[in-house]
Amino acid sequence: MKFARIVWANLFRKKIRLLLTIGSFAVALFLFVFLAVVRDAFNRGADVAGADRLVIINRTSIINPIPLKYRDQILRIPGVKVITHNNWFGGTYIEEKNFFPQFVIDPENQRQVFPELIVPDDQWNAFVKDRVGAIAGAQLAERFHWKIGDRIPIKTTLYGGGAWEFNLDGIYHGKRPQDDETQFWFQWDYFEERVPESFKGQIGWYILRVDNPDDAPRIAKSIDELFMNSPNETKTETESAFAAGWVKQFGNIQTLILSIGTVVFFTLLLVTGNTMAISVRERTSELAVFKAIGYSDRAVLFFVLAEALTIAIIGGGLGILLALLAIPGLGKALSGLLPSIVLAPPMLLFGIAVAIITGFLSGILPGLGAMRLRVVNAMRRV
Amino acid sequence: MVKVDGSNGQSGLIQVRDLDKRYRRGGEEIHVLQGLNLDVSAGEFVAFMGPSGSGKTTLLNLLGGLDVPTRGSITVADDEITHMSSGKLTEWRARHVGFIFQMYNLIPVLTAFQNVELPLLLTKLSKTERRAHVETALSIVGLSDRMNHFPRQLSGGQEQRVTIARAIVSDPTFLLCDEPTGDLDRKSADEVMALLEELVASHHKTVLMVTHDPLVAARAQTTLHLDKGVLVEGSKLPHSIPAGGVA
Repeated sequence: MKFARIVWANLFRKKIRLLLTIGSFAVALFLFVFLAVVRDAFNRGADVAGADRLVIINRTSIINPIPLKYRDQILRIPGVKVITHNNWFGGTYIEEKNFFPQFVIDPENQRQVFPELIVPDDQWNAFVKDRVGAIAGAQLAERFHWKIGDRIPIKTTLYGGGAWEFNLDGIYHGKRPQDDETQFWFQWDYFEERVPESFKGQIGWYILRVDNPDDAPRIAKSIDELFMNSPNETKTETESAFAAGWVKQFGNIQTLILSIGTVVFFTLLLVTGNTMAISVRERTSELAVFKAIGYSDRAVLFFVLAEALTIAIIGGGLGILLALLAIPGLGKALSGLLPSIVLAPPMLLFGIAVAIITGFLSGILPGLGAMRLRVVNAMRRV
Repeated sequence: MVKVDGSNGQSGLIQVRDLDKRYRRGGEEIHVLQGLNLDVSAGEFVAFMGPSGSGKTTLLNLLGGLDVPTRGSITVADDEITHMSSGKLTEWRARHVGFIFQMYNLIPVLTAFQNVELPLLLTKLSKTERRAHVETALSIVGLSDRMNHFPRQLSGGQEQRVTIARAIVSDPTFLLCDEPTGDLDRKSADEVMALLEELVASHHKTVLMVTHDPLVAARAQTTLHLDKGVLVEGSKLPHSIPAGGVA
């Protein structure tokens, strides 16, 4: 601790430069964390997936339906615990820009298959009894300031088109921060009743839970074999594999985010590294004095690294604070354009790790230079 | 007793034997010091004079363990320093050598007190003990009332006195001064020289000083001349030149 005063005093040698370096560090780190959070949002499907859940889609494509009548056959396969089904509705609320995912659900088994999405029992019971009832995720309800009892019109161009009206009977919350709270659910029976004849009895995909996750590959194989050579062959995979496949569709976006993040990281490294290199060069003679009076090469390296790390920790801390303050607001502003963005604790730890690594890397080269400095040569330069 | 012929046997504080230093600059080899011998007893005040490039500063760097000779040996208080590793030499410098530079070389972002305290941070002294040592050193150089001033708030002479306080605070075996008055006006130079004289006379310090200035050199007990890398004993000048003599 007795050396902290030396490090601190050296940091404030050029106050404006220090301020600008810390500022650029904070902004860059905020940008880095934001990009990481967006990337995480695209990948979240795989993270939230239940280990014991399988998804069954039409082998041709997810937009091709599967008959509802498959359900009973699937349930007879040993190891299948419970099954439910969803349809994609693809509507918008009032205006085209108000897009969010709407799913037709099977109220009988939805909660057993997705136990992490919590709906209070009274709200759920009201929903089950209400043929035109709907449940909204908490973030979605907050976005449009919906409250229970509101009448929600959803326009769709699918299933014969037109506006469908729903009563908001409940709001669900995710158990974990990463759970998606932007979905809108309504009942299969109402859907089945209103869609044209050609759509009746057709669901979008099945989701099922198995008794033992270790049996998942066997069960998936059994399901697909069961419907092999039928008009609607199936493709069954674990929910995480399904989510990962879904994310692959955004491959270019992911690469773009990674590229920008990498550029930000290296720019940050160069800015901080340059500052440290200039700072060390400016005090060559002072470092030589430290060595002359008995400070070891390691002590000099420690001084330089400690300065770089202090800049990184202060700048990084400010960047993370900025992220904590700004990301919830940005998340709301970008709702509907991006998957919901959440600044989860691992992202914060990631940001702190990036800050420390950058601080270390930016200080190590100038520090090694200072460490190797020969007193005689350095004094001759003065 | 200062000797330059190596005839002092094993006695004396500093013993230099057959010291050679060669540099390579470009393709040319420069022979800076050639077979130099020197014996300095404790409590001596020795001045080295000579033209530029004669090897004065090189000799000082070798004596201070900042550089290593090409050949020969340097022994200080029974420690042979020429074969020490870089790390050992650093530790040895911290214990035995006090450096006083021409350009003061104080750390501008630290106060006079903090600058003087720097060598003590490497010791196991407590904060209170460090404070006592620093205050003593600053009082010896007459700057007790300036301990919280930054170098930019001090005159050149005061800065050099802070450097002297930093050099003596850890009670080193000897002091090495490289043109200690080279950047000072006559009055300040005289004050600094008086202080060095007092350190020798009252505190029994051993001082080795490089200077271009014959009047400054005259303040030392012994003046040695370096010419083309060879050390020759100069005429012993009267010790007690009046303070006004360097003005």
